[in-house]
Amino acid sequence: MSLQVENLRVHYQTLRGAVKALDGATFSIADGEIMGLAGESGCGKTTLGHSLILLNSCMRYVEGRVELDGIELPIWDTSRMNAFRFKEVSIIPQYAMNAMNPTRKIGRMTSELLESRKVSFNATLPELKRRLDLVKLSHDVLNMYPIELSGGMKQRMVMVLSTLLNPSLLIADEITSALDVSSQKAVAEMLVEFRDRVFVNSMIVITHDISILYQIADSILIMYAGKLAEKASTDVIIHAPRHPYTRLLISSLPKVGVTYTEKRLSGIPGSPPLLLDPPTGCRFRERCPVAFEKCLEAPPFLEVEKGHHVACWRES
Amino acid sequence: MLKLDGISKVYKVGTFGGKQLHAVSDVSFTVGAGEVLSLIGESGSGKSTIGKMILRLISINAGTISFDGVDIATLKGNALKEYYRKVQGVFQDPFSCYNTIFKADRIFRIVKDEFYPAVPDPNWTGRVRWALQAVGLNPDQVLHKFPHQLSGGQLQRLLIARALLLDIRFLVADEIISMLDASTRIDVLNLLADLKARGLSILFITHDLSLAHYISERSVILYRGRVAEMGATESIFERPLHPYTQMLMASVPRLDKKWADGKVELQANPAERTGGCVYYGRCPAASADLGCDSHTPGLIEAERDHFVACFRYVAE
Amino acid sequence: MTTLDATKPKKKNEILYFALRNNKLKVGLAFLLFFVVLACVGPLLTRYQPYDYIGPAAEPPSSEYWFGTTTFGQDVFSQFVFGLQATFLVGIVGGGLATLIGILIGFTAGYRGGVVDELLNMLTNMVLVIPTLAVLLIIVAYLEVRGIFIESIFIGCTAWPWTARAIRAQTFSLRSRDFVDLARMSGEKSLKIIFTEIAPNMMSYLLLVFILQFGGAILIAATLDFIGLGPTNAISLGLMMNNAVLWGALILGMWWWFVPPGIAITAIVGALYVTNVGLDEVFNPKLREM
Repeated sequence: MSLQVENLRVHYQTLRGAVKALDGATFSIADGEIMGLAGESGCGKTTLGHSLILLNSCMRYVEGRVELDGIELPIWDTSRMNAFRFKEVSIIPQYAMNAMNPTRKIGRMTSELLESRKVSFNATLPELKRRLDLVKLSHDVLNMYPIELSGGMKQRMVMVLSTLLNPSLLIADEITSALDVSSQKAVAEMLVEFRDRVFVNSMIVITHDISILYQIADSILIMYAGKLAEKASTDVIIHAPRHPYTRLLISSLPKVGVTYTEKRLSGIPGSPPLLLDPPTGCRFRERCPVAFEKCLEAPPFLEVEKGHHVACWRES
Repeated sequence: MLKLDGISKVYKVGTFGGKQLHAVSDVSFTVGAGEVLSLIGESGSGKSTIGKMILRLISINAGTISFDGVDIATLKGNALKEYYRKVQGVFQDPFSCYNTIFKADRIFRIVKDEFYPAVPDPNWTGRVRWALQAVGLNPDQVLHKFPHQLSGGQLQRLLIARALLLDIRFLVADEIISMLDASTRIDVLNLLADLKARGLSILFITHDLSLAHYISERSVILYRGRVAEMGATESIFERPLHPYTQMLMASVPRLDKKWADGKVELQANPAERTGGCVYYGRCPAASADLGCDSHTPGLIEAERDHFVACFRYVAE
Repeated sequence: MTTLDATKPKKKNEILYFALRNNKLKVGLAFLLFFVVLACVGPLLTRYQPYDYIGPAAEPPSSEYWFGTTTFGQDVFSQFVFGLQATFLVGIVGGGLATLIGILIGFTAGYRGGVVDELLNMLTNMVLVIPTLAVLLIIVAYLEVRGIFIESIFIGCTAWPWTARAIRAQTFSLRSRDFVDLARMSGEKSLKIIFTEIAPNMMSYLLLVFILQFGGAILIAATLDFIGLGPTNAISLGLMMNNAVLWGALILGMWWWFVPPGIAITAIVGALYVTNVGLDEVFNPKLREM
C-alpha cells in the first residue's frame, strides 16, 4: 500500500476552543491510484491534505498515524518532515499559481528551490526541460517573470515544479477551480499523465468539483464535517453511492442536458454543523432523510464491499 | 426589455495609455420580459464587463444599451435612481459584497434610506421579512447578524432579497453560483427559476455550461469580447456550430461521459489584435481562404434562432 | 470556511482581548502615559517658570533643583515639564492637521480617480519636494515672533503628503470592492459612500496614521527647534537642547541640561512607534499569534 492513514485527528486552535476539523480519518491509497477528495467547504478536505505535508501554526496534531511506502511520516514534527517534503510528499497548494515570487524569474526560483533541498539545478535541468515539453510550456518560461504567464501556464509551471523530484505522493489542492474550462481539461489530463509516466506514484486530488473527479480519478473519498463519509471507486460513487449524503450530493449536481423544467434538482436542506462543538454520533443526522435512533452513535467507516467503505448505520 | 446594440469597451493600458485592450467589441443581444439569457464565457471574454456596463458601474465606450427603449447612458441623478429601482445586480463573491464591519442587514437599511425614506419602520420590517421568506430564508436566523456569521449561500440570498425589495424587473447575476457549495447552488438556482416564473428577466453570467443549460432558454457565447454564437440554449448545446463552442462542449467535465481523446489548443497570452477573427490562433478549422486571418466575421443566422460568427457558415 | 468563521467572537471583544494581550501595546502605552501624566502634573510640581532666573548657575541635580540649573541659573526641571507640554501640543496640532489634510486629499484622490486624482497627485508631489527648510527660513525672516502654534501649523501643512499617498492607496483598493458597487447601485452619492462605507473600514488604519504623524511632528519640531528655527517665545524640549548646546553644556559637561530632553523625545517617539506596531498586530488578524 502506498499511503496508509490511521485515525488521523487534527484540530484548529481558536479563541473559543478546538475546532475539530479532521476527526478520525482512516483510509489507504494504492500505488498508482489517483484518489479524489471531495466535499463541501468546511468538511476538512483541505485540512486532511495539508496535514499530510505541513501543519500550519493554527493546526494541532492530536493523534493518528500516517505511513507512506512503509515509513511513518512524522507529521507532528515540522523540522523532521523537511526531509520528506518535495521528495516523498509534495503539494500543489490552492492558488499556487499566485504564490510565485513576482520579482524572481522562474528559472531562478526553481534553482533556489532545488538548492534548498540539496539537489543540483544543473543536474536536474535536462529532466526539467523534458517536463516542460510535456506540459507544452516553452523552455523560455525559465527566463520569464510570473506575471508574463497566463493563469493556465502558471498552474502548469507549478505542477512541474511540485513533481520535479518524483514524489511518491502528490496532493493537488483545488488546482482547477480558478481556471478556464479549456485549461481545466489540460491540467487535469496532465495529472493523469504524470501518474502514467510514474513521475508521481499516487495522488490525492482535492476539489469540490466532482465532475472533474469523474474524469480523472480512480477512486473518490467523500468527507462531511470532518469525518469520512464514503470511499469507493469513481464509477460506484457516481452511479451507485450508498451514503445518504453522497446520494443527495450527486443528485444535486446539474448535468449538461438537463433543464429545470424537465427535472427539478433539489439541494440538501440545512447546513453543516459547527465543528467547535460537533453533534454526537453521525454528523449528518440532522440533515439526513433516513436518520434513525442508532445514528446518535457515531457510525464506523466500514468496508461494505470490496474497496467500498461507508460510514452509515443503514448500510452496514 | 433590455437591448444591447454594438456595445464596445476599450481600456487604455501600458505606459501613457498607449496600448488598447478591447474588453468588449461590438456585442448585441436582447433580453425579453420573463426571460433568462445566459452569457457564457471564460476569463477575458468580457462577460463581467458587459454586466457592469448594464448596471452603469463602468462607462460604455461605443454602442447603446437601452432599457424599455431608453438609452441608459443618458440617465443621471433621479433618472438613474429610477433605473436602479428596476435593474439590479448580484455579484460573484458574497463575502466581498458586504462591509465586514457592519451587520449584514444594513444593506436593507441603505435601500430604505435611498429609495423609501417615507415608509414607516414597521411597514418596512414587514417588507423585509416578506422578501427574506421569498428567497427561502428564515428572517429570525439571518437578521441582526454580521456577514462572517452567515454562510455564502445565505449572503447570496440576502442580496437577491435586497433586489426584490426594489420591485426589480431585471437582474444581472454575475457568476453568483461559483462560490457556493454544491448543495446550496441548486437552491439558489431554483430560486432564480421561481423568480423568472413570476416575470423577472435575468442575465445569467457564468462560465459553467451545465448551469446555463439548466436555467436559461437562450444563451450567448462570448470569446475575447466578441459574440461567437448566440441563440436557443438547446440548439447551441446540441449542435454547437462555432469551433470555440465545440471546444467548450468537448472540454466541460461531465458526469455522464468521459472526455473524448483529443488535445485542446490552449490560449496563449492575450496577443495584439491582428485584425482577423479573434479565435484565429486556436481554431482547428481556420483557413486563409475564408478570410479568417484578415476579416472579422459578423453574426449570421445559420439556423432558426441560432446565430454564429464564423466564416464557415452562410445565412439560411 | 464557514464553520470556522462562525465561531469568531464578536468584533469588539476580540479587539479588546488582543489589545490586552499585546506586550508592545502595553509597554508603549505605559511609557506614553508616564510622559503625558508628567506633562500635565509636572508644571504643578514646580514653583518656577521656565525662563526665571532662580538660583545658582550650572548646578548639577540636587534635592532642591531636581534636574539642576542652566548656565543662567534657570531651573531645568521647570523647563523640562513645560517643554513636555509644548511638545505634546505640537504633536497633536501638527500631527492632527497633517492627518486631516492627508485624509481629505487621499480619500478624494483615491475615490474619484481620473483627472481629480492626477491633479491631487501633482499637488502632493509638489508639497513633497518643497524644501521645507528653505521655506521656513523665509518665514522666519518675516515673522519676528513665533509661537508654538505657528510651528505646529507649518509642520501640519508640510508633513501630510505621505499620509495622503497611503490613504489614497487604501481607498483605491477598497473602492474596487463589491460592497462599494452595491452602494452605488443603491443610489448613494460618492461623498456618502466615502464616509459611510470606505472610511469606517479604514478606522484602524487612520488611527495608526495619526499616531505616526504625532510622533513625526514631535521629531520635526525638535529638529527645527534644535537648529534655531523654533518658537521665540516658548520653551520646548528641542529648544532646551538647542540652548544647551549653544551655551556650552557639552563642553562644560552639564549633562543634566540636554540628556533629559533628549531621552524624553526618544522615549516618546519610540513609545509611539512601538504602540503603532502593537496596534497593527491587534487590528490585523493575520499578524496575530494564537
